[in-house]
Amino acid sequence: MIWEIFRQEREGQPFQHGGSLDAPNLAFAEAYARELYGRRDESFALWIVPREAVDEVRDPYVADVFDRDYRRVDGYSLKIKLKEARERAGTAGSG
Amino acid sequence: MNDTEFQAYVQEGGQVETGDTMPDDYRKALIKFIEMHGNSELMGVLPEREWILRAPTLQRKLALTAKVQDEVGHSQLIYRVVEDLGKPREACLDDLVAGKTKFHNVFHYPTKTWGDVAVIAWLVDAAAIISQKALLKCSYAPYARIMKKICWEESFHILHGRDCILALMTGTDEQRELVQEAVNRWWGPLMQFHGNPIPADDDPMYRWRIKSQANEEARQQFLDGYVPQIWELGLTVPDPKLRKRDDDVWEYGEPDWDELKHVVTGHGPKTEERLGFRRWSREETAWVRNAVLADAA
Amino acid sequence: MNAQELLALADDELILGWRNSEWTGIAPFLEEDVAFSSIAQTEIGHARAWYELAAKELGTDADSLAFDRQPEEYLCAPFVELRFVPDWAQTIARHWLYETADAIRIQALMHSDDPEIAGLAEKIDREEAYHRMHAEMWADRLREEPRFQQAVDKLWPYALGVLESEQRNRLSEVVGRDPVDPVERGTHTEELAPLWEEMTMVRRSVPGASW
Repeated sequence: MIWEIFRQEREGQPFQHGGSLDAPNLAFAEAYARELYGRRDESFALWIVPREAVDEVRDPYVADVFDRDYRRVDGYSLKIKLKEARERAGTAGSG
Repeated sequence: MNDTEFQAYVQEGGQVETGDTMPDDYRKALIKFIEMHGNSELMGVLPEREWILRAPTLQRKLALTAKVQDEVGHSQLIYRVVEDLGKPREACLDDLVAGKTKFHNVFHYPTKTWGDVAVIAWLVDAAAIISQKALLKCSYAPYARIMKKICWEESFHILHGRDCILALMTGTDEQRELVQEAVNRWWGPLMQFHGNPIPADDDPMYRWRIKSQANEEARQQFLDGYVPQIWELGLTVPDPKLRKRDDDVWEYGEPDWDELKHVVTGHGPKTEERLGFRRWSREETAWVRNAVLADAA
Repeated sequence: MNAQELLALADDELILGWRNSEWTGIAPFLEEDVAFSSIAQTEIGHARAWYELAAKELGTDADSLAFDRQPEEYLCAPFVELRFVPDWAQTIARHWLYETADAIRIQALMHSDDPEIAGLAEKIDREEAYHRMHAEMWADRLREEPRFQQAVDKLWPYALGVLESEQRNRLSEVVGRDPVDPVERGTHTEELAPLWEEMTMVRRSVPGASW
């Protein structure tokens, strides 16, 4: 049975996929995950997940087809309006 | 994507994941290449493991056990990649012990002394790491990812090798002689290790960005890195033609390409014995796999 | 605790670690190969720690104690000398029995009057938690396997011989088997001499050298 191993490099970090291993049950999978992804003390914690429990979603379901810049920082350009507002208020000093 | 588009895609740096559509030939070439790598890590364990039992200090014993353990771990990572491409691990191991698939030349030779242990960790591992670093750019992403872990784990192997060598070279005359004698025997296989200098243009392995470093480039990198290290210890290399030209290219006596072909097709001095040993240990432990790995809860 | 007792502990761990490292590269499957190799390394690491304590008392160093004595001078229990490769059933039977016995021994040492010994025993106990987990995992999986049961039957007298007599009843309790005549420390099996030959051959090739 194939298990996917996710590892947390340091406390507080996100868990990232490390690799997979073959083990008959969770007890064995835990022992082997420790060995393969932790024998050098390189992981703070591990998630052990049966491969069939992992579902993947990719293009085209996730990608933007129409531009949705209102969701992004680059969809907002404030410089000109800010300058005008300051001029109106008489506070346009060093801009 | 048709085959031409696929080739353009990978040549521009496109990455391929396990579930992606890929040309049959690409998948087959990947399996063959990666399987040979897995076989090499697994067979590479055999020349070294006997010396774990003979290590002359507790520290060396621990270091050598850890190094060999890493190599087994690498074969685990590599065969998992092959399995996800469609060839199960047991099928790979069946083919390996039946002599149907290959493994790198260096693992077909005997290890005779502690000098070999030191030279292997210092020079053979170095030659392998050069190839492994080039594979970090492989178009097949799952393989490139495990190469990252493999390269990281290999970093202590080189230091361990150098440490063993320096201990011997600062020891007795007998110990220094162990190193020189081992270098003399391993030089030929080392020079053959990266393979024949063949033009990359017609090779599908390069067109598909499975391999990204030419054989000769790897060998030059090896010579550049390690001949100075060898010479600075007062050791000699058994090749009177070896020298670095003014244009920084290393010249050397032509490696025995016939020997390389002969060895990797299963006729090395230790091939039969080592495959036989693998076959035997596999047969003796088959009951364990059946009891444990068969349908489990 | 005197130097001889420390050496017995160290020799047990060294020789068992040596036997377990015979599986590196040829264990039943790859994931287990990596796991079992770590166990062998930990055992040798523990041996080294006990040798270092003994070395202080005896005015020498750990490597000299580990490798420069004659076979008759080793104080290990016969149990650890037995050669099992390629028999995984006997290997796991020993692993499980030894870890159970060792846990009892280490627990007692954690209460030693000597703070160095108690401290080292505590450190070792923490690392051994993984060994015990691994042994239980395998014993559980092979419980129904006749090969494994037969191996435990055969090795039970040897396991008892690892412990001091006053600790043996505890072992019987934990393992769930009646005590039998133990195979005591004091004589070595015929397997030790060839092991020693191989273990010391490089070291003996240039006596007194640094490696």
